Amino acid sequence: MSLPTVFIPTLLQSLTGGRSSVEVEGGTVRQVIDNLEQAWPGIRERLLDQGKLRPNISVAVDGEVTPMGLIEPVSPSSEVHFIAAIKGGAQAAHGQRHL
Amino acid sequence: MKTQEYTVVGTRPIRHDGVDKVTGRALYGADFQMAGLLYGHILRSPHAHARIRRIDTSKAEQLPGVKAVVTAGDFPEVPERMVDLGEGDTPLSYARGNVLAKGKVLYKGHAIAAVAATSVHVAEEAAGLIEVDYEVLPCVLTAPEAMQDGAAILHDDLKTKEFGEQTGRVSNVAEHFRYAMGDIEAGFAQAEVMVEREFNTATVHQGYIEPHNATALWNNDGRILVWCSTQGSFSVRDVTACLLDVPVSRVRVTPMEIGGGFGGKIPVYLEPVAALLSKKTGKPVKIVMSRKDVFEGSGPTPGSHMKVKIGARKDGRITAAQAYLAYEAGAYPGAMVAPGAMCVFAAYDIANVVIDGFDVVVNKPSTAAYRAPGATNAAFAAESVVDEIAEKLGIDPLDFRLKNAAKEGTRRADGPKYRRIGCVEVIEAMKNHPHYTAPLGGPHRGRGVAIGFWFNVGLPSSCTISVSADGTVNLVEGSTDIGGTRTSIAMQAAEVLGIPAEDVHPTVVDTDSVGFTAVTGGSRTTFATGWAAYEAAQDVVRQMKERAAKIWETEAASVALDRGVFQSGDKRMTFQELAAKLDQTGGPVVGRGAVNPRGVGGSFSGCIADVEVDPETGKVTILRFTSVQDAGKAIHPSYVEGQMQGGSVQGIGWALNEEYFMNDAGSMTNSSLLDYRMPTALDLPMIDTVIVEVPNPGHPFGARGVGEANIVPPPGAIANAIYRAAGVRMNRLPMNPPAIMQAIWSQRD
Repeated sequence: MSLPTVFIPTLLQSLTGGRSSVEVEGGTVRQVIDNLEQAWPGIRERLLDQGKLRPNISVAVDGEVTPMGLIEPVSPSSEVHFIAAIKGGAQAAHGQRHL
Repeated sequence: MKTQEYTVVGTRPIRHDGVDKVTGRALYGADFQMAGLLYGHILRSPHAHARIRRIDTSKAEQLPGVKAVVTAGDFPEVPERMVDLGEGDTPLSYARGNVLAKGKVLYKGHAIAAVAATSVHVAEEAAGLIEVDYEVLPCVLTAPEAMQDGAAILHDDLKTKEFGEQTGRVSNVAEHFRYAMGDIEAGFAQAEVMVEREFNTATVHQGYIEPHNATALWNNDGRILVWCSTQGSFSVRDVTACLLDVPVSRVRVTPMEIGGGFGGKIPVYLEPVAALLSKKTGKPVKIVMSRKDVFEGSGPTPGSHMKVKIGARKDGRITAAQAYLAYEAGAYPGAMVAPGAMCVFAAYDIANVVIDGFDVVVNKPSTAAYRAPGATNAAFAAESVVDEIAEKLGIDPLDFRLKNAAKEGTRRADGPKYRRIGCVEVIEAMKNHPHYTAPLGGPHRGRGVAIGFWFNVGLPSSCTISVSADGTVNLVEGSTDIGGTRTSIAMQAAEVLGIPAEDVHPTVVDTDSVGFTAVTGGSRTTFATGWAAYEAAQDVVRQMKERAAKIWETEAASVALDRGVFQSGDKRMTFQELAAKLDQTGGPVVGRGAVNPRGVGGSFSGCIADVEVDPETGKVTILRFTSVQDAGKAIHPSYVEGQMQGGSVQGIGWALNEEYFMNDAGSMTNSSLLDYRMPTALDLPMIDTVIVEVPNPGHPFGARGVGEANIVPPPGAIANAIYRAAGVRMNRLPMNPPAIMQAIWSQRD
């Protein structure tokens, strides 16, 4: 059975034993993060603040930054990336909003 | 729909707002008038960095004609919190602080206080009577300077973040992030040729001709009405409501016509201040920036310090690439370094990449977006190094780029894989253009090429379409029209309805009159609001089919629409004929479209530049310039060409002339359009354009965002042309005569 592939940001790879990508279960971004936390404790806190994506982080599913954030559906063949969010007016250039 | 089936998309109708624009009847923010209008003026800091010990407004308040004075103390008291102003979360104190300084001024031109008076002259005089006691502090003006140990600190509460981790280190570096892919050391170990260079680029301004302006009325019913020049009326609404601590429903923003923005009219500067003055006076208050205010008090694009290293094998394949990007955010965090990092190697398929980005605050105006924000700086560096590598390998610069070009499935260093893109097609179009092989025709001349990338975003857009009895339709939208989007959006509705573009009457309305619509920016408006218009038109078609079915006493499913004619069996009725029968068949037809679309299609752009360099003075003349860009499907080719020409000219300005010339005290010494030299038509040849069409499968008509990628490659192409003309590799922008002579003399030494 295939699972969503999560690409771990370089600066978080110390939490995943140096792995740059991992496969975890999850039907939404939130579930993916919850399952990441199970396997590698501490990673959720680096990605979320008070249940929301941190202001400096965006999530892209299958190559596109999602406007739905944590509730974005994820399929077993999906790629999930956490990338630096764009602040300032350029946010309009990258379409991030946080849920 | 297949391309050849389009009847409206791809044509060149006259813009709907053309008559008003060319006859001077179009109303801009500064034209706004209202009974009892007062005029505002902003007092700005003369220092780049200073603590405000005391502000005394009493003399200003006593001047006859003065009705009110406000400072940061007039904002309602609320606890500090993070606020999402559509630009990512930011502390409320930072958002307010850039509108009216509290405690400290962080750049020369920082707004401190505002006056409302019966005339603009009285307001200006009164502002001069406000006494501010400053403790002047040392300033830092560049990223390398601000990153040094012991540098003057702008914000005592700013601690460097590293991907969600708070380092606890108080610093001018707001954030450090890294994108990495593959094994960078192994990649460089495979390289047979390597080039590593450092680059610096100056702070430059978007240079929109119309200055910022805003009129606000804090009405007796508690509503705040705003008329202004903005790229996003809903963004102004939300920011104004947030800073004034009122619900968004209390604010209505009416976007006036806009005289240019290029990203610089997304931030909010004047609206909350005019509202505070209106609250105190009970009158509407209008504030219009001077050109000096625009340069010194609004957001330019970041200056930058960059290092780029690229390695390649002798066969021309790039094996590894590394970039260090430190961008100046200006006074508050938010430099455009993340998109710069995403774009620096975006045109190439490279297995091993490391990119470090640093967002650094300095004592300059807080930066704003500027057409492909962050990408132009980065592409100047990357394309210069790519050109040098190609030269060392003895490979034609376009062949080298083709060999390494990004394609569908290529993974960018920030992670995502490309869907269908047109990078290869753009490079091939450059190679096949007669310009690329034309003789240069004289000494001291050179030809350079470069390519670049910029994204396209979705974000929410809304439209409604109502059908008139004469068969025309009224299209209501919320996207400020900067580059002809009334027409490019109307055309997409017209294509669906099967009527001429001229029969669609588009209107840009206030925030009470249309659903939420995000800013005109991110190359999104023709893509996303066009998509909303497409959906609204589909809704109209669905309803019209039901009306036709009612008249023909048949099922709606049996009714088809083909090029403006409804038909079912042998029955036919034109859109116009059916529109005249709506009253009898159930009343008005109004279609709605509200989208937050996926399927964005980024755009690649390239250019070929011929220059002549005067070896005695260093003056560069652009002899010939060709811009090539993938538009997906050009909805209105003339407007795509206009974007390409505009972006090219701005890129030429970055390359050759434009810079904030700062003295050691942090004062911009060229804050007028006389001294801040933007290229004019007299400086340039005709900018040739070639539209490449690699349709975006994510859009109903295949459109990609085309507004921004065109500014990305010109500085790199011109630097490479200068090298071939004068024999010097330039490593800074602008490449003005002093910089070029310095490079020539350094080489002679």
